[in-house]
Amino acid sequence: MDLLLHLSIVIAIYSIFALSLNIEVGYTGLFNFGHVAFFAIGAYTSALLTLQGVPFSLSMIAGIGFAGAAGFLIGIPSLKLQGDYFGIATLGFAEIVRMILQNQVAWTKGPMGLPGITRPELFSWRFDTLPEYLVLALGAAILTFLVIGFLTLSPFGRVLKAIRDDETAAAILGKNAFACKMKSFVIGSLFAGLAGVLWAHYITFISPGDFTLTETILVLLIVVLGGKGTLLGPVVGAVVLIFFQESLRFLRLPPEWSSILGPLQQMVFGLILVLLMIFRPEGLIREKGKEKIDRD
Amino acid sequence: MIEIRNVTKTFGGTRAVADCSLNLEGLKIAGLIGPNGSGKTTLFNLITGLVRPDSGEITFQGKRIDGKLPHHMAALGLIRTFQLSRVFPRLTVMDNMLIAPQRQTGERLLSLLFQFPKVRMEEANHREKAVELLDMLGIIHLHDQFAGNLSYGQQKLLELGRAVMAEPKMILLDEPTAGINPRLIQTMKDMILKMKACGQIFFIIEHNMDVVVELCEKIFVLDHGEKIAEGSPLEIQNDPLVIEAYLG
Repeated sequence: MDLLLHLSIVIAIYSIFALSLNIEVGYTGLFNFGHVAFFAIGAYTSALLTLQGVPFSLSMIAGIGFAGAAGFLIGIPSLKLQGDYFGIATLGFAEIVRMILQNQVAWTKGPMGLPGITRPELFSWRFDTLPEYLVLALGAAILTFLVIGFLTLSPFGRVLKAIRDDETAAAILGKNAFACKMKSFVIGSLFAGLAGVLWAHYITFISPGDFTLTETILVLLIVVLGGKGTLLGPVVGAVVLIFFQESLRFLRLPPEWSSILGPLQQMVFGLILVLLMIFRPEGLIREKGKEKIDRD
Repeated sequence: MIEIRNVTKTFGGTRAVADCSLNLEGLKIAGLIGPNGSGKTTLFNLITGLVRPDSGEITFQGKRIDGKLPHHMAALGLIRTFQLSRVFPRLTVMDNMLIAPQRQTGERLLSLLFQFPKVRMEEANHREKAVELLDMLGIIHLHDQFAGNLSYGQQKLLELGRAVMAEPKMILLDEPTAGINPRLIQTMKDMILKMKACGQIFFIIEHNMDVVVELCEKIFVLDHGEKIAEGSPLEIQNDPLVIEAYLG
């Protein structure tokens, strides 16, 4: 039962994380390979503040806000880059953030990490036990889903998709591509920050090693597998991938297998991805709009 | 409406547009012709801000527009189409149309939140107009298809419809009938004439002389980036310079 609750909480948090990446990758065509940096900024900001005695309501807002501000600042130079170059810039940014967390020992305790992060208290509600935390994580996930859904289905979301498809044509139609990409990037960063805050207060121990490229790849995988550019895709992807990742623990494998379990999991991940790209490249959920039937 | 004065643009060693002066004042449909590589598309790119002139000036309704960014042009009332159509492939045909109207309330985040009823009303109005236009273009039955799945000719029609949706003062069409079948050429011509009757102003690059002669009141001819002639279709067809450079 506890395992199922744990699984649900992790899925809820990763749904938020994936939804936030999807508005960038799926809707705006911004291949952000450093998304984990904003997750890390949210996690560390909130953790450090609560460890100093700041109430969770404020530390959460700070965590989200710092992640958004970081998105804005890194967006100024990097959003002027096209396609792959933007990806490389964000990749570099994520490494810089991780290096700061690792080496700025005076603030972050470096590789030792931050133990003893408290479970949150919001408006005199305590989210201490697993069911309680699930309520918090699920509430945040539903809110994220609704906000991102509302934005992407609106005329604003349509502009993002147009920029994704053809930036020049969108500019010719009067859309300020840079400003729109910036909005998308900041919104994505804000929600990644939220996911990070929830993660830190759930796991209660964070260290720079949690925020590596592997995390970005996992969340990218969730978005692509679920169906990028769709509202439900990231959620479905999070359920499938996180469930699969954690379900190996359900299997009563003999103890001597444990050393090959990790590599085995990676191999099965890889296999799933290869099969998916061959048989269903658009992901589990398809983007709305019909494929061609009749031609003139 | 548009006046181009002594505009020059060089790429490396080639002068794509050389000291060109065109005055489109008072013309409903102006044409731009010339052999391949004569600088026609570059001239369009200069007008719409995709490239900046080295020298000279471009004015639109008396205001300097050279040096402005592409996304400012639409707001001023200038919309263009492309030689190889540039619809948004992973947007439906309907969404391709709905993207075009200018200053949409729902595209600004704050007004999206606080003026939602207005956003819905605007959307409904735009949708109604889009349905009407798609019907005229004969592609209404494709409204929920991804635009990338349309045939090339249908994409060009959609691009024209999208330009009209923006309600610009002037539409610049870059080879609207190139590479599409005769029936769609007819639809394209009918559409342009219908829009002209509604007061829409056009500037058209076209290779198909029948189309140019039928549509345009005045034709400008470019060769090697220089304007070699301008005049009515009849004058152009009989101009020895033009015949030598182009028609002959």
